Amino acid sequence: MNRLRAWFLAPTWTVNIVLFLAPLAIILGYSFLTRGVYGGITAPWTAESYQRLIDPIYLAILWRSFWVAGASTALCLLLGFPLALFISRAGRHKNFYLGLVMLPFWTSFLVRTYAWMFLLRDTGLLNTFLQKLGFIHTPLPLLYNDGAVILGLVYGYLPFTVLPLYATLERLDRTLLEAAADLGAKPWATLTRVTIPLSAPGIRAGAILVFIPCLGAYLTPDLLGGGKSVMIGNLIQNQFTTARDWPFGSAVSLVLMAIVMVLLFVIARGEGEGLL
Amino acid sequence: MECVLELRGVSKHYPGHHAVNGVSLNLARGEFFSLLGPSGCGKTTTLRLVAGFEEPTSGEIRLNGSSIQHLKPYQRNVSTVFQNYALFPHLTVRDNVEFGLRRRSGNHIETQVRDVLDLVQLAGKESRRPAQLSGGERQRVALARSLVLAPDVLLLDEPLSALDPNLRKQVRAELKAIQRRVGITFLFVTHDQEEALSLSDRLGVMNKGRLEQLGTPEEIYLRPSTRFVASFLGAVNWIGDVGVRPEAMRIERAPSSNGHRSRPATIVHSTFLGNCVHVDTRLSDGEPAVVEISRLGDTFAPGESVHLWWEPADELRFDELRQFDELHL
Repeated sequence: MNRLRAWFLAPTWTVNIVLFLAPLAIILGYSFLTRGVYGGITAPWTAESYQRLIDPIYLAILWRSFWVAGASTALCLLLGFPLALFISRAGRHKNFYLGLVMLPFWTSFLVRTYAWMFLLRDTGLLNTFLQKLGFIHTPLPLLYNDGAVILGLVYGYLPFTVLPLYATLERLDRTLLEAAADLGAKPWATLTRVTIPLSAPGIRAGAILVFIPCLGAYLTPDLLGGGKSVMIGNLIQNQFTTARDWPFGSAVSLVLMAIVMVLLFVIARGEGEGLL
Repeated sequence: MECVLELRGVSKHYPGHHAVNGVSLNLARGEFFSLLGPSGCGKTTTLRLVAGFEEPTSGEIRLNGSSIQHLKPYQRNVSTVFQNYALFPHLTVRDNVEFGLRRRSGNHIETQVRDVLDLVQLAGKESRRPAQLSGGERQRVALARSLVLAPDVLLLDEPLSALDPNLRKQVRAELKAIQRRVGITFLFVTHDQEEALSLSDRLGVMNKGRLEQLGTPEEIYLRPSTRFVASFLGAVNWIGDVGVRPEAMRIERAPSSNGHRSRPATIVHSTFLGNCVHVDTRLSDGEPAVVEISRLGDTFAPGESVHLWWEPADELRFDELRQFDELHL
């Protein structure tokens, strides 16, 4: 039995060790080395990369990443909850609506992000349209700002909140909603006192699934932020390419990872104690 | 008697299915009224129509004299104890009980909650979650949560069916005692005839969406108006056109001839049930008949030829027209 178990787990272990743990160990090693002149790393060992992180410039980027990821997560939940609620009550059309939610995945994320650029840029569809109609005379600054980045992230990650929320709402015992109405709760009170508290697991799962990738997002801030709305993902990418500072890039990556792990730990603790 | 709830020709039709068909009944204030019937007879749908979870296709529901069939559940002063209790799992016992009170603007919430928890003997368990309670305790929280709102009618949807049989009898007695004490009108839905007979002041027997008979437990058991009611409440032996309850029959070895009805029969099997003995017999025309006899009397062996007799007064007779109805609907 144990032997069979080992065989079944072997592929997962191989993938995790070769493609995850080993590279992670390499990054950990790099982060404590000195940068090479043309990239790469060289001796001696040093913790300098970590010390540089407390520079206000980097702290500002870290702060912006949290802010943008937090705002995107909040918006995803705000938009995703009513949608998930609607789909969970759509009867036999449920699968059709779920299919629509999944539909964007059929196209590359990169292509979809470019499409947003075409919509939002100064000579884009939206600005042209508004100008032709005479609502505005100069193009609105729709692209290359935090707003555009948040828009792109919300657009990209909305399905990741809708699906777990849908799964929770679908399983919600309908008699609890009837009981609430029966006890005098108007629809809004039922929503805030019963439906939302009982979908906490879905809200939590959706928030984690959106917040973590948003925090490390690289493509969306790069294209829609245009270097003006730099997030931690862009900082890391930059260190490995133009800045040629692999140790610093490695250190930032590890710090980001550590923050995410601490967050997850806190959430798991809170969940266990029924706080969240 | 003051009428608190009135149903006038209430029907609920679904595509291809008449769940409730022209039900009319009146509940007097303070009455314990049961709707009894097999599953799918429309009793739960009737309850849900009164609660407001469903809207009737036709007919009128009046509470204290005014129509309520178009009101939302939260606008009706009735409250439901659900079959699965539907306690809010994320709230404590206290918060569950307070839930309805907090939806109204009222004072003395704490006192009311304390009183009702005393009434259902849950004092000291205020901070527990439903998951930390036994089945009986959950049932009492559900009861307290509704009672505390002092509804005009308390609707109970098979509230005892989720309890284990030993507990059920005890809770049944408690329920009756609580109802007497608070004086709230109970509309109790059940498929358990013993429950309905023992608890109710009056009861209605439903079948296929229709109310077959209304009356006190004695009236319904002793003078059922249809064959369905007769066989749903207790056992009946059908002898020709009349029905005779097993406990109204006697077994004699010699034919009896003093004004009784009598039939020859053969003993098939005897079952000892502790407090009585059920004797399966076969009448001369081949029809089976069950006789309930005292365990203190004679015993009968399989194959023995005997005579069954009963008093004409114990025969159950039915309105022919109603039977005709039943056969053709």
